[in-house]
Amino acid sequence: MLEDILRDEGGRVLATLIRLTGDIDLAEEALQDALVAALQSWTREGIPQNPGAWLTTVARNRALDHLRREAKRRQKETEALLSFVPGHGDDRLQLIFTCCHPALSLEARVALTLRLVAGLTTADIGRLFLQPETTVAQRITRAKKKISVARIPYRIPSDHELPDRMRGVLAVVYLIFTSGHHAHEGSLDSRFDLAEEGVRLGRMLVALMPDDAEAHGLLALMLSTHARRRARLDAHGNQVLTAHQDRSIWDLEAAAEASRLLERALRRRRAGPYQIQAAISCLHSLAPCDVEIDWPPILALYDLLSSRHPTPVVAVNRAVALSKVAGPEVALPLSSAFGASKSGISFGQPERISCASLLARKKLPTPTDRRLLSR
Amino acid sequence: MPVYAALIYAEEGEATPEEWAAIMADHNEFSERAGAAGVVAGGEALQDSNTATTVHVQGGKGGEVIHTDGPFAETKEVLGGFYLLKCQDLDEALSWAAQIPEAWNGGRIEVRPCIGFTQE
Repeated sequence: MLEDILRDEGGRVLATLIRLTGDIDLAEEALQDALVAALQSWTREGIPQNPGAWLTTVARNRALDHLRREAKRRQKETEALLSFVPGHGDDRLQLIFTCCHPALSLEARVALTLRLVAGLTTADIGRLFLQPETTVAQRITRAKKKISVARIPYRIPSDHELPDRMRGVLAVVYLIFTSGHHAHEGSLDSRFDLAEEGVRLGRMLVALMPDDAEAHGLLALMLSTHARRRARLDAHGNQVLTAHQDRSIWDLEAAAEASRLLERALRRRRAGPYQIQAAISCLHSLAPCDVEIDWPPILALYDLLSSRHPTPVVAVNRAVALSKVAGPEVALPLSSAFGASKSGISFGQPERISCASLLARKKLPTPTDRRLLSR
Repeated sequence: MPVYAALIYAEEGEATPEEWAAIMADHNEFSERAGAAGVVAGGEALQDSNTATTVHVQGGKGGEVIHTDGPFAETKEVLGGFYLLKCQDLDEALSWAAQIPEAWNGGRIEVRPCIGFTQE
């Protein structure tokens, strides 16, 4: 009974709407909405006196809503396209700031940046983070909807917001890089590598923000770390601690580029955490072998880092540096707070702890991490 | 111009008259500043959540009306008031929200775009 009325009246309403709007798709969509509304309302309250008029009114209002939205949007788009002058500059920086906006979840920032800025597909991103493609696609869809509905602006932040927002962008890029470096070595079946993507994004940031010392520092840190990528794993896919790595297979070109970038950054005299970490990493790389590492400046850099960014990982690494400079008996009391064993502090300890904290943060157990932690 | 609701969530508790006066002074200052900037489109402070009654109609439109004493969600932090803020974009709304006193007095401000603006 109800279905018959809906089908019968629906046909009339559709014909009328097409005549009025000249748009079949729009008419169909509006009618569909009206039918759904009718089904809900009529089963509850009974069929109205004049069902055709009821349907026509509801469908017409839906079509009008739709047209008003469309008209405004299309007009704006048309104007923007008409006034567009090619070659006026690079819009990617705006895009990066939008993708890394703090109002989005961290997962969404990472996924959006890889999708829109780095140009990866959702399938690629899913493979890299060992997540189903649908999860990534939903995350991106939700983020795009929030950007549009909540009006997350598409612009470079103003001067007073810039330092904070830039830190947020750098954090996303570094997270992408470290995800590639710590998470899934040996299990990758993607054309892409997150560490490489991190470096690529880092280069883009340096090109777009040539005056930002920390952007240089981040790229230097990533390159310096990346220089050791071939030596980080043994033949069985186990992570090799820095002290035991085969330095002859380090990528000296990348390490040298890291040093050059860092020097350029430090000349600006605005040292931040990425520059400091890059400096520590470069000092490790510069030593011809493990026993020749110059520890006093590394300890000084950790002092600086821990005074500004007192995190447990920094504290443990500082204790290691202190034990190299002043002996384990000085450093051990400091490090016992972090669970270091009586047998002294080895290079392995901090890396193990930082790896464990990364793992806890990302909840992404990988074969490599598990092997390292179970040793 | 888009409108955002800045929903103020805070713990309810006994405030001393001095504390109350200080918070009200901060709100007045905010209202004046945001009002002068043409941002405030409305707002109210709500009575305590123990004065709230939650209404639910069971069985669809016209069904049985069920009243429950108390707020919809029993949480430590409750909706205590709101401002409606007319802002260009989310960044502007967030920067105003950060100036609402509860933001630093142990509460939280939830900023939500109102649906109306997409049709404007």
